[in-house]
Amino acid sequence: MNEHNVRNFNINFGPQHPAAHGVLRLVLELDGEIVERVDPHIGLLHRGTEKLIETKTYLQALPYFDRLDYVAPMVQEHAYCLAVEKLLGLEIPIRGQLIRVLYSEISRILSHLLNVTTQAMDVGALTPPLWGFEEREKLMVFYERASGSRMHAAYFRPGGVHQDLPPELVEDIGAWCDPFLGTLDDIDELLTGNRIFKQRNVDIGVVSLEDCWAWGFSGVMVRGSGAAWDLRKSQPYECYADMDFDIPIGKNGDCFDRYVIRMIEMRESVKIMKQCVNRLMGDAKVGPVSSLDGKVVPPKRGEMKRSMEALIHHFKLYTEGYHVPAGEVYAAVEAPKGEFGVYLVADGTNKPYRLKIRAPGYAHLQAMDFMCRGHQLADVSAILGSLDIVFGEVDR
Amino acid sequence: MSEALRDLSAHIAEMHPELVESADIAFGELTVMTTPEKLIPLLTFLRDDVQFGFINFIDICGVDWPQREKRFDVVYHLLSPRQNTRIRIKVLVAEDEPVPSAFGVYPGADWFEREAWDMYGILFTGHPDLRRILTDYGFEGHPLRKDFPTTGFVEVRYDDAAKRVVYEPVELRQEFRSFDFLSPWEGTDYVLPGDEKAKV
Repeated sequence: MNEHNVRNFNINFGPQHPAAHGVLRLVLELDGEIVERVDPHIGLLHRGTEKLIETKTYLQALPYFDRLDYVAPMVQEHAYCLAVEKLLGLEIPIRGQLIRVLYSEISRILSHLLNVTTQAMDVGALTPPLWGFEEREKLMVFYERASGSRMHAAYFRPGGVHQDLPPELVEDIGAWCDPFLGTLDDIDELLTGNRIFKQRNVDIGVVSLEDCWAWGFSGVMVRGSGAAWDLRKSQPYECYADMDFDIPIGKNGDCFDRYVIRMIEMRESVKIMKQCVNRLMGDAKVGPVSSLDGKVVPPKRGEMKRSMEALIHHFKLYTEGYHVPAGEVYAAVEAPKGEFGVYLVADGTNKPYRLKIRAPGYAHLQAMDFMCRGHQLADVSAILGSLDIVFGEVDR
Repeated sequence: MSEALRDLSAHIAEMHPELVESADIAFGELTVMTTPEKLIPLLTFLRDDVQFGFINFIDICGVDWPQREKRFDVVYHLLSPRQNTRIRIKVLVAEDEPVPSAFGVYPGADWFEREAWDMYGILFTGHPDLRRILTDYGFEGHPLRKDFPTTGFVEVRYDDAAKRVVYEPVELRQEFRSFDFLSPWEGTDYVLPGDEKAKV
């Protein structure tokens, strides 16, 4: 081949591609099969969430958070609730905190199950998604039994959670834990030692810890590169400080380490869930699930029928809403994908003045170019899979 | 927590008093005000100083205050994993005033600056590729500005006759309604119709 007819090749990956995990358009510049440059074009799912929230009251803004990372909806609500509660100075009763932690961990398993199994699918395995999705289905039923909705729950509210859990539900969640560990073992057996899976993931998409921090990575991405950093441990919110669990850490910062961390994190989440279930059936069996401040949390239906004051509160809270004192706060939670933060600027009225959603996937996706350079074309989908991207939160 | 933040804030003021305009602790969070010229030295200092180690870049965003002369807040959030603390840095800029890009200090600033440009029209000098990011190709305006209507200006549909996507001015079946639920007895600064003489 002569020198002059060697040229780079541009291809469009997506916007509709099964391995793009949503609507991502990647413009790839290839030299043979080696990736020279990646230019992700995002925003195809942009819905203007931040603008819409500015026109809604604090309670009306909440359901938008389910629609960000729709794989683990309640964790996003949690970050928003924490931000509002920080401004209002609300304390959550212990039963409410335990329910929140329980459902945050259910969300984490929902997200990791989806990610681990679809990553396996991206590199050619079809069985794991079938096994994983069966468990996800059961978890979504737990979502439904608590909130009435399988995905867009709107269950965490500023002040606590919307409704109490029936005791049978708590028992069923407890009964789900151990069989699930068996399913995890099956998936583990299928993937972790699998030669093809390893060939596709080991030493692919390696990032050093220094780069991780500078690129704004968080969550599994920094843990994969060796940082013992988890917001549930380092800046504990709710009752995570009382929970007994471990943080898995990777060594090599490649796709395989991140996969293994997600597998271990699911086991740790089950550990936390069991502790929550025990306490919800033990010392926190009865008690309020949300703050008793009637100026923020609406009264129960039965109360509303009898008490004049409760009726007035109900009316005021569902029309005008509550006023949040002026100020600015940043609240972050350890979402399954990394640090999910909410920067809230309040001006003292019933609507947020400005609400910035800091999505972990956004910071991770921008490093695609940096991570994919010099890799093969086939590795792009493996790296994308291990970044754990969901477009709901990237495009907002 | 706030004790540690006070120490931190005092330490910054001691080491580099010229880089900081003011520092404030509210809701257990430290906010440092600075100016566009001093921003990059301050960020570099916070990142490289062994004691601080704000190596993790978290977020950049804009906030619009249209009634102010310097209209935009550009807000930077950083995290120090070693100290386990967060810091917020704020820069006030006018509409046509550029901010130096933080891309050289934190490569992760790339998309966040593009987003701030897209949403608010804040210019970042020295950014390698300041394109729009979240809005449509060929979009006009900066949607998160307070003077940009929530309904937008154009709507998109597929035109079957032309066999392509067409853009048309927004046509609403019903006027966009912004309900004002503020209690007329507290918190409003306007006078209800018919109430003009109430206070005379």
